[in-house]
Amino acid sequence: MQISAPVREPLVTDGKTIKDVTQDISVRVESKPTPLWMLALAISLALLGIGTYAVFRTLWDGIGMWGNNKTIGWAWDITNFVWWVGIGHAGTLISAVLLLFRQKWRTSINRAAEAMTIFAVICALQFPVLHMGRPWLGAYWALPFPNTFGSLWVNFNSPLLWDVFAISTYFSVSLVFWYIGLIPDFATIRNRATGPIAKAVYGALSLGWDGAAKTWQRYETVSLILAGLATPLVLSVHTIVSFDFATSVIPGWHTTIFPPYFVAGAIFSGFAMVLTLMIITRKVYGLESYITITHIELMNIIIMVTGSIVGVAYITELFVAWYSGVEYEQYAFLNRATGPYWWAYATMMTCNVISPQMFWFKGLRTNIAFTFVLSIVVNIGMWFERFVIIVTSLHRDYIPSSWAMFSPTLYDLGVYMFTFGLFFTLFFLFAKFFPVINMAEVKSVLKSSSATEQIKR
Amino acid sequence: MAASQNYIVGLFNDEDVLMEAVHKVRKSGVKIEEVYSPFPVHGLDEALGYKRSRLPVAAFLFGLLGTTLALTMQIYMLAIDWPMIIGGKDFAAIPDFIPVTFELTVLISAFGMVGCFFVVSNLKPYGKPRIFDLRSTDDMHVMALNLASNPTPADQLRQILKDSGAVEVNDKSFE
Repeated sequence: MQISAPVREPLVTDGKTIKDVTQDISVRVESKPTPLWMLALAISLALLGIGTYAVFRTLWDGIGMWGNNKTIGWAWDITNFVWWVGIGHAGTLISAVLLLFRQKWRTSINRAAEAMTIFAVICALQFPVLHMGRPWLGAYWALPFPNTFGSLWVNFNSPLLWDVFAISTYFSVSLVFWYIGLIPDFATIRNRATGPIAKAVYGALSLGWDGAAKTWQRYETVSLILAGLATPLVLSVHTIVSFDFATSVIPGWHTTIFPPYFVAGAIFSGFAMVLTLMIITRKVYGLESYITITHIELMNIIIMVTGSIVGVAYITELFVAWYSGVEYEQYAFLNRATGPYWWAYATMMTCNVISPQMFWFKGLRTNIAFTFVLSIVVNIGMWFERFVIIVTSLHRDYIPSSWAMFSPTLYDLGVYMFTFGLFFTLFFLFAKFFPVINMAEVKSVLKSSSATEQIKR
Repeated sequence: MAASQNYIVGLFNDEDVLMEAVHKVRKSGVKIEEVYSPFPVHGLDEALGYKRSRLPVAAFLFGLLGTTLALTMQIYMLAIDWPMIIGGKDFAAIPDFIPVTFELTVLISAFGMVGCFFVVSNLKPYGKPRIFDLRSTDDMHVMALNLASNPTPADQLRQILKDSGAVEVNDKSFE
């Protein structure tokens, strides 16, 4: 008896040829900016401009401009930091883990997802840097520089210092990985370029790439090893971020479940942000043949799986609080769910636990409008998750006389707005001047996975 | 004075035809200078008889360097140069040093390997590649045969390329 596997969904539809791939992607780089793009960039720059004022006041007057107080020493700053770092997890997961698992559907989304990762990590970095108060001294506090205090070195026992190393390594390795993938595509644009500026810029960026078989062989080796290195790196980054909390003695933070729970949450929010951006990009750039419903469905399945892991983690936390018999731990969770911040907890539960379960229905996970709305809902939920963990754990701990409430100031909002402006400015510049889809890799799967080729067989 | 180098260039528009052609051309005793492709073709390196890349070895050695540097640095700073008791632990609290050691291993391994890749492949800003055909970064695989390294007459080389499925055969010379 012969069993044949069902034919896989094609990754590239509408009978695109290799030449079409080059044309469809490069033309976006070569054509003049559209009014829609200019408008989008102007809005991002406006956000960035307004936000810059909040950053200036934070630096000039100090972090007293924020709503943090003696009880709640970490609030919006670290919430936003963890949120952005989490978002920055999808890109390298897509390019590294899915490369190792030979998931070819990653080829048309990895470029933009990695770009998003890098920009999200840049945004995340703003918060720890700003919350130091005097960031110009940060080099002495965060890096093992020889100094005149002793030399009194940085404390390598501290998770906060591990974070410095984890995030800067993650950022630089992701950047290199992204750039290696861009080189062949820059060469394609260089060879098509007509203007002197485009020739000079893409000539410099493509590093003299010629596409020789020997270079491609090395390129593939380098990609594979980088993927192997980046895979544990992706898992380590949010693990170490979660150590910032897990190694402390604050009820609600001191739990061993944090590393896997944070990593799952990070992938969950990262994929949601990839979907938000890709749904817009594919529509505006007309890339429906490359980023197909299949891609959206597969990403939605990942959101559903990681969302369920996050849900299990929330319930495990509640169970462990009860089962441990520690009254402080029990109070922390009771206070989260029924205390003054119950609405944040309820938002988190609804957005992160209930909403991704909708994707069990094929009709919903292949519905673009629904996916778009849900991808935003997920990231709202994930923001509230970090808010709940940080603020509700701190605002009522061991000494009731120190209990306090947190409310953000305009400057908290302003700095958050600054990072949004930064993120979208960088993303729109990327979408205009860089090829948004990895042309070389899409071409390499075209023969085996395009719709026309499947019909021929 | 470098004499000009003359090449016969065959263009292929399908990776499977190209693979067959590489086998055929090499079987007929013709030396292929290089094949230029717009995307990685699986198995082409083996067909051309290239050895495996040694970049993984470079990555491993740089990784070892990273591990050593990271551990040495942390132990020197916290246990030798300025010992301090932190959280009642040993001065050289090795388990606490693992995260930073891991990160520096990955960092130095990745950057070292990529640096080697750039050097051996001669990738540098404003590097001037020899472009046999502009379409080699678009939709054509370009096979270049160097006339100097092949005793076979040029006409016969052209015929071999055509017979093995090249859609176009051109001459190209560089100064």
